[in-house]
Amino acid sequence: MSIVTVQLGQCGNQIGHEVFSALCSDIRGTHGLCSQKENESYQDSCKERFFCQEESGVPVARAVLVDMEPKVISQTLSMAASSGHWRYNSHSHFCQKQGSGNNWANGYSVHGPRHKEAILNLVQKEAEKCDRLGGFFTIMSVAGGTGSGLGAFVTQCLRDAFPSSFILNHVIWPYGTGEVIVQNYNSVLTLAHLYHSADALLVHENDAIHKICAQLMKIKQISFPDVNQVIAHQLGSVFQPAHSAGGGSGYSRNPLGDLLEPLVPHPEFRLLGLRNIPQMPESSLPFSTFSWPGLLRHLRQMLIAKAQMEEGIDWQVRPPPPGSSMPSTNKPLHFNTSIANLVILRGKDVHSVDLGSFRDPSLYTSWLNPQDAFNAWKTPRAFNKYEKSASLVSNSQFLLKPLDSIVGKAWNMFASKAYLHQYTKFGIQEEDFLDCFTTLEQVISSYTNL
Amino acid sequence: AVSLPFAVGQCGNQVGCRFWDLALREHAAVNKKGIYDEALSSFFRNVDTRSGDNGPDIYKGKICSLKARALLIDMEEGVVNEILQGPLRDVFDSKQLITDVSGSGNNWAVGHKIYGCQYRENIVEKLRKTAEHCDCLQCFFIIHSMGGGTGSGLGTFVLNLLEEEFPEVYRFVTSVYPSGEDDVITSPYNSVLAMKELNEHADCVLPIENESLFEIVNKIHQMINSGKLGSTVKQNSLVTSNAGHAKTLQEKPFDAMNNIVANLLLNLTSSARFEGSLNMDLNEISMNLVPFPRLHYLVSSLTPLYTLADVNVFSRRLDQMFSDAFSRDHQLIQADPKHSLYLACALLVRGNVQVSDLRRNIERLKPSLHFVSWNQEGWKTGLCSVPPVGHSHSLLALANNTCVKPTFIELKDRFMKLYKKKAHLHHYLQIDGMEQSCFSEAISSLSDLIEEYNELDATKGGPRIDPSRLKIAV
Repeated sequence: MSIVTVQLGQCGNQIGHEVFSALCSDIRGTHGLCSQKENESYQDSCKERFFCQEESGVPVARAVLVDMEPKVISQTLSMAASSGHWRYNSHSHFCQKQGSGNNWANGYSVHGPRHKEAILNLVQKEAEKCDRLGGFFTIMSVAGGTGSGLGAFVTQCLRDAFPSSFILNHVIWPYGTGEVIVQNYNSVLTLAHLYHSADALLVHENDAIHKICAQLMKIKQISFPDVNQVIAHQLGSVFQPAHSAGGGSGYSRNPLGDLLEPLVPHPEFRLLGLRNIPQMPESSLPFSTFSWPGLLRHLRQMLIAKAQMEEGIDWQVRPPPPGSSMPSTNKPLHFNTSIANLVILRGKDVHSVDLGSFRDPSLYTSWLNPQDAFNAWKTPRAFNKYEKSASLVSNSQFLLKPLDSIVGKAWNMFASKAYLHQYTKFGIQEEDFLDCFTTLEQVISSYTNL
Repeated sequence: AVSLPFAVGQCGNQVGCRFWDLALREHAAVNKKGIYDEALSSFFRNVDTRSGDNGPDIYKGKICSLKARALLIDMEEGVVNEILQGPLRDVFDSKQLITDVSGSGNNWAVGHKIYGCQYRENIVEKLRKTAEHCDCLQCFFIIHSMGGGTGSGLGTFVLNLLEEEFPEVYRFVTSVYPSGEDDVITSPYNSVLAMKELNEHADCVLPIENESLFEIVNKIHQMINSGKLGSTVKQNSLVTSNAGHAKTLQEKPFDAMNNIVANLLLNLTSSARFEGSLNMDLNEISMNLVPFPRLHYLVSSLTPLYTLADVNVFSRRLDQMFSDAFSRDHQLIQADPKHSLYLACALLVRGNVQVSDLRRNIERLKPSLHFVSWNQEGWKTGLCSVPPVGHSHSLLALANNTCVKPTFIELKDRFMKLYKKKAHLHHYLQIDGMEQSCFSEAISSLSDLIEEYNELDATKGGPRIDPSRLKIAV
């Protein structure tokens, strides 16, 4: 099954490019560490999911690039083409001249309806090229105007046009200390709207990735491309082919479905966090060895203690004692309650790994059976030169505090009515804001009371 | 997307002339292959002049003849004629000029009411023609001074006109405010009358004060002449440098100061023209820096003022650049943003600066700055990969800060001194369309604006009470 990616706005297009580069570079790498048969199966599966094979032999990404100004798309197309290893379809992009001015209302109410037909036509064309459409993957930031506003509109249109397809929105939350002054307004409006149209929101926070770049990747002068490459690596570790537990011998034929169905059992809980270990500079890879028990111990504690990376984990946090059903207010502070988790293991000796610690019922709410709440995928095929790599996609309280922070700051600004005239000018009224605040306060409340 | 500068009046055109010269230099430095690209098209048309000046526009391919997208308006001929006889003559054609001979006599009413009325149709027609050549018109820039008659009066008339004819296009105004020792006695009248128009019709105003420009020029001279630092300054890196595209240009008295303003405009539009990892377009500046419609006055600062020829100590220089942007002596008006209240702040960096440099410096400087309670993290940032000529990196800071208030208060005081005595009032009132109410409304508009800043200042340092959040029934 194939996935059509929609890259929205500057952030979406910059990250999308890094993702396809990472996927392509991974399948071209000879560090598979597995059998040739396995490797070929992996490469074929990846290509089917993300690339179209054309006569020239260069894989063409199954993607639609959308932006309201031309510079980024122009750069993205040419960078891909000059790699020589993959490229975008030269017609699969839509851009305008003016940008959205960081204005969600401009993106949603003006650009959206105006360009709906043109954009959906491009998506339809990509969808038709797929033998079997596995769903849509959109990439956008929530801070600006195009990715956020136009992105929310396009997601809604996708939902209407493809009611039975999976839609996964990859959303980037901005640095807490401002990239855009109205970022919290734009975030609130986007997240509330996406909640109604998407199946799930897979979230990356710039602050968290920045820390990884500084402390784990040891980059001195961190640039946005550096940040985007870490994000691309993390996404690749989820999207590259893997075998699901009951899936027989082949690679999963329904990657989005297999990801979303177990992780999002309830429509009120759509926020997914992503963790990946180990992460280190490429130059250190040949000198590092890891054991699965060590990696999984760290990953589990990262889950429990809401750590963003494998350094600075709070090892004091423990799950509540087993056997007792505790009201949420009595649970130990800082403990991260999960609804469902997915662990993906790639590389050497995966078959022997014991994942029992992730099945511990005390990690989860009581709604699902522990065996349904936890899923694992494995592949002996190593990913992106890491001999062993483990990823966690988690529907838990990971994002509760950051979400609460965004909503709090937005509310604080909203109470003063600052900047509202910029939105009402394009048709988004105070009541629209209030509806979105209400939606998100509901989400916060639901996650808090797990 | 195209930005269209209008230079109105003597000051406006002198700055404009420097702007076009430095713009050509900047694009020549970046555009090595002589191909007419998107970046060039935001300020220049590419015209096929083989068959004369009225040739068609060429939208792609090699550069043939670059023509500035501009309108030059002056009610005296001196400055505009000089431009047309100088090295920039090929960049303009007669269809872009509107001139007269007698000037406005330093009288806002003459500029606004008489010339405005007289030239309205002419201006609209030329405006439409210029706009027709633009693929996508995003922004108008008006460059003028406030203290005289043409720039101030006719300039604000044009501002009104732009709002009527092109309501969706942003209007940015770069206004040079008169100093206390201004030799034009009626400059307070002209400025206050113009302020009302700026309050009501501009999207963003970048106020500039000659005293600040003068101090910066002096600072640079002292630095160069002191020989203290032991390293030589790269001549073309000076923010005051006249080393433009047209090398044979003779330096004129205000050139150094005008170059600063020209550089301001180049930096302001750099991220819209050139690529970068975090683009900042002009409509984003307006969106992020104007929290309430009338509070649209932005204090600007440019750093570095020059680049030393040695390239050591990169990161120390980089952090110094950020510190300087907030210092009193780098602001382009007489103001101290650090001791006043920020409503919002934008940082646009150019060149070899990455997001971690931005973050590090924001975190370092933030504790010493006061932000309004509802915008504690009020930073808008942009990263443009292309540095200005002669620099490896540069920073433009735009602050919506209550430190503009003293400028306005002084202006009001100088106005009242004249107005109380009704000094020179008859020169204005005798103009058709001018009445006493024009003056009272104008000073009232300015007073209201000052009051809004007062109210904000009153909240500074006060207790921070976050409004209670919506409660959800569990």
